[in-house]
Amino acid sequence: MSTGGEFYLNLEWLPAAAVDLKQQLAAVSSGTGARGNQLRQIAGMRLDANQLVRLAKTLRTVPDADRTPLSPFRLGLISNSTTDFIEPAIVASALRYGLAVEIVKADYGQVLQSALDPASAINAARCDAVLLALDYRGLPMDATAVGDAGRAADQVNAAIAHVGAVRSGIHTNSGAACVVQTLARPVETLFGNADRTIAGTWAWLTDGVNRRLVQQLDGGDLLLDVASIAETVGLATWHDPTQWNLAKLPFAMEFVPLYADHVGRVLGALRGKSRRALVLDLDNTVWSGVIGDDGLDGIVVGQGDATGEAHLALQAAALQLRDRGVVLAVSSKNDDDVARLPFQKHPDMLLREEHLAVFQANWNDKATNLNAIADELALGVDALAFVDDNPFERNFVRKSLPAVAVPEMPDDPALYARTLAASGLFESLAFSAEDQKRAGFYQDNAQRATLQEQVGNLEEYLQSLEMEIVFTPFDSVGRSRITQLINKSNQFNLTTRRYTEAEVAAIENDPTAFGMQVRLRDKFGDNGMISVLICRRDGDDWALDTWLMSCRVLGRRVEAAVLRELLQQARARGLQQLIGTYVPTDRNAMVRDHYAKLGFTRLSESPDGVTLWSISTAFEVTDEIPMVVSR
Amino acid sequence: MTETEILAKLQTIFADVLDEDDLVLTPQTTAQDVDGWDSLSHVRLVLTVEKAFGVKLSAGEIGRLKNVGDLIVLLQARQAR
Repeated sequence: MSTGGEFYLNLEWLPAAAVDLKQQLAAVSSGTGARGNQLRQIAGMRLDANQLVRLAKTLRTVPDADRTPLSPFRLGLISNSTTDFIEPAIVASALRYGLAVEIVKADYGQVLQSALDPASAINAARCDAVLLALDYRGLPMDATAVGDAGRAADQVNAAIAHVGAVRSGIHTNSGAACVVQTLARPVETLFGNADRTIAGTWAWLTDGVNRRLVQQLDGGDLLLDVASIAETVGLATWHDPTQWNLAKLPFAMEFVPLYADHVGRVLGALRGKSRRALVLDLDNTVWSGVIGDDGLDGIVVGQGDATGEAHLALQAAALQLRDRGVVLAVSSKNDDDVARLPFQKHPDMLLREEHLAVFQANWNDKATNLNAIADELALGVDALAFVDDNPFERNFVRKSLPAVAVPEMPDDPALYARTLAASGLFESLAFSAEDQKRAGFYQDNAQRATLQEQVGNLEEYLQSLEMEIVFTPFDSVGRSRITQLINKSNQFNLTTRRYTEAEVAAIENDPTAFGMQVRLRDKFGDNGMISVLICRRDGDDWALDTWLMSCRVLGRRVEAAVLRELLQQARARGLQQLIGTYVPTDRNAMVRDHYAKLGFTRLSESPDGVTLWSISTAFEVTDEIPMVVSR
Repeated sequence: MTETEILAKLQTIFADVLDEDDLVLTPQTTAQDVDGWDSLSHVRLVLTVEKAFGVKLSAGEIGRLKNVGDLIVLLQARQAR
């Protein structure tokens, strides 16, 4: 395993490709039934550009109906350079993140036309997102205004205006979010070290454009920081003049797998596929040594020792992830009290028991423990990432629980933290106030569970939580979290309709629509925004376009409280009925009977399992609702 | 590497890139003879060959290649240097 640019170039955090890759792909092609998991598993390996092409071809042999549980994703691609090489690589790499991508491509050189013409292939296709893979050489700027501050600034403005026109064209004509790329700086200098100080040089122009692109990012658009990727691997190898001249490749072809993986991460994050919990092994992962054999004095962790500092760096990385909302847990083959000792007694440990939502130290196999951790956190195993220094454990988990992400760890613990960051498993598009508190939510839940054991009676327990529910119409403050929930919630989600931030914003001012955000507090803490509703006027009725809820607050009568609120809001508008729709997916079986339980009447069921339900707005919710309501 | 050894290595690379397991290369083989060997896969072929042989070819050298034999001659010349 290497440490520098090669490490990123080869995606070395992924396990090596299987020697029988071709046979595995052939087996998928000739198979029957749902093959999404098989495809995702193959994509989880370290594949080169040619292998990615083959995987993308294999996906095409699998009919849409057999791609479950992959989420379909239509990606528009607008570029001013050759994209033929990145297309199959994006399709294959996105499988790694649970997406079956279909690419809709703009005609070569038709950047503005594709965006501005409402009938263009890109706009007509109603893409989920559009990737603007724009190379600096195709933007309206060149390095001819060197030393002329005014003209150089005009060039930056022109480039920004160009990208802005493309973005707003896409927003207006198709409502899709754009993925905007930063520019990788060309390495050829003119003056030398002074280039950055002299207006109009390439360094000056790309710095200026990148700063402005990032500042202007809004409307739900996403950033693909190509400048950062290129700097990480080395700009001199990123830009290959021969390949540009030969085939207009915007960057050296060897980086296609890395670039495509980053596109996959961003699209995956948009669809809520990023991992939510980090599960750590202990011995030789969190510290050096074996606590059961070496004892508290024998393990190495902490400042003043190179190995100790390496393990500390991994702990610090885990804590930083926790601060941005990733839940931490432990899975270790140890006696529980022995494994807890360093957390309680070792003065140099950064990680403490209070940071860990679940602590599984026992002699069960790790797959069993990871299942238990997922259950306790009310997450799917596909939300877990597992870090273990031991190749046997890693392979065992990959085999028994392929949905868990298990990065390859290097032999040198100094590289653990880097490997974890490079893996992109926790890719996040934004940082919301909710994210900052999330790791705490899960711990509060563990405390609630303890209280429930003590109280025993559910009614008493719910009362003892002293809950307060807050209903607020959609507003700009809640917008990004609302969008996040709409795109991430899979289980308690009646219709699984995804909306961009721009579409959510449109609901705020749409007189025919009503969007409601729901927050829940209790005596253990603030659960944050836990439910989102969208109602659309249909004659004298409200069609319930979206009803989703966080599984953290299941079993607390939130659904009944929400229904009571909806009925009240509907009556205030003189409406007659609420019409609910249930659209089954492979993830939302838990809400199949949602409307029946609340007292709705079933109107119809279509052959694909979609059911329609109605309830009169005169209906009175009789369930005990154990919470105070605020608006 | 002898001409035969280079040809054998190219055979593996071409079969892999073009996803044609039954492909048989001779020094006389040209792009017209092989399914899927279009201008795009040509670029993929050349770049994969560069990586496998640890050489870097210029656009001019690539443009002058008429058949597999030319590529073998070019690779042999690079080795000799």
